[in-house]
Amino acid sequence: MDTNIIQAAIPKFIEGFKVTIWLSLIGIIGALIVGLICSLLQYFKVPIVSKIISAYIELSRNTPLLIQLFFLYYAFPVIGLKLSATFCGFIGLTFLGGSYMSEAFSGGFNGVSNTQIDAGKAIGMSRRQLARYVVFPQGLSLSMPALSANIIFLIKETSIFSVIAIPELTNTALDLIGIYYRSNEYLLMLVIAYAIILIPLSIVLTILERRVRYGSFGN
Amino acid sequence: MDHLGTSVLFAGNNFSRLLGGLWTTIWIALLALLIGLILGTFLGMMRTFKNRPVRLILRLYLEFFRIVPTVVLLFLAYYILPRQLNINLPAEQVAVLTFALWVAAEFSDIVRGALISVPKHQRESGLAIGLTHWQLFRYVLLPQALTLELPATINLATRVVKTTSLLMLISVMDVINIGQQIIEANGQSHPNGIFWVYGLIFFFYFIVDYPLSLLAKKLNAANQH
Repeated sequence: MDTNIIQAAIPKFIEGFKVTIWLSLIGIIGALIVGLICSLLQYFKVPIVSKIISAYIELSRNTPLLIQLFFLYYAFPVIGLKLSATFCGFIGLTFLGGSYMSEAFSGGFNGVSNTQIDAGKAIGMSRRQLARYVVFPQGLSLSMPALSANIIFLIKETSIFSVIAIPELTNTALDLIGIYYRSNEYLLMLVIAYAIILIPLSIVLTILERRVRYGSFGN
Repeated sequence: MDHLGTSVLFAGNNFSRLLGGLWTTIWIALLALLIGLILGTFLGMMRTFKNRPVRLILRLYLEFFRIVPTVVLLFLAYYILPRQLNINLPAEQVAVLTFALWVAAEFSDIVRGALISVPKHQRESGLAIGLTHWQLFRYVLLPQALTLELPATINLATRVVKTTSLLMLISVMDVINIGQQIIEANGQSHPNGIFWVYGLIFFFYFIVDYPLSLLAKKLNAANQH
């Protein structure tokens, strides 16, 4: 271990850190939006569309992000669709995360107890009112644990962006190892950098999960 | 010459090479799963013990593998084993080792969760008829935990298969690496080949993982009734 090497590499790691955070953030927001839309369309069993969504979910959940990225980055230009690496990363994470988030939301919506829905019907709520005032508020709170697990998972998946040369944390570390041949220092910094992101985040998410647990009451 | 580029897949022995690569991917996943599940069962059992230091160490082990992305785990093993510990393993074995330790960590949590949800009276009846601690696990708790943990275990298996896509990063000759060789060798004659080769690999992964996740879903639904 050489502290000089570590000090000298800090600025580069901060750059990588920013890229990881930024791409995770927009990727997760994209995934949440796609996931919510997909799960709503599936909840209302919109004909044809919900079949297409099921196919998308299976396709995205059962293939590795790495191949999805290779496909976007290397194979799409052949059919005339040339995207920048960063944009591919964003699309890839949204494509992968969208299905995971959709499953999380669906799990929550389907977990709302039948007594709640029956009670809503009994006081004469319409289907839309039921969804708006009964199923979604409770379903969202029920899906929170799965959502936060997915958020952590997606941040870790950004490490795969290094294969399409997006200068995020893992790519930065591997680059530095390639140039200076000091694997110990850079790998240690890499692990610490992920710990700095993920440990506080998982604590915050746990607190948040506890806060919004009201959905599981009355079941 | 066709303009579709599909002929790249079947030219020469390309297709059988890709299948060979897929086999490398699959045996690494299977071996890592086998080792990881056995190790994870023991770790999971130990995590239900009353001994605090043991529980703390195993918890830290789990959290480490949860926080560090698998790509990074793979590189940690790839760089640290030979340089610090003087262990020079072929890349395939490094991968099996890393994935097995990762699976063990994840599985220990699944086993622990299943063990503590076996009804308490089962454990107590076992103790009452004079079973030893080991017999209690072997004949009472583990068999009952098995049905509870099966869906999560199959999901873990699909994750392991997907994670094997990272093997190319430590230059294992897996299906993606072979695909890239084929793409590079035929880049001049079949510029569209890349689309089909990656498409086929995409399909390969889907074919392996889809039945597994379908099975996990079915078992999960069955467990809930």
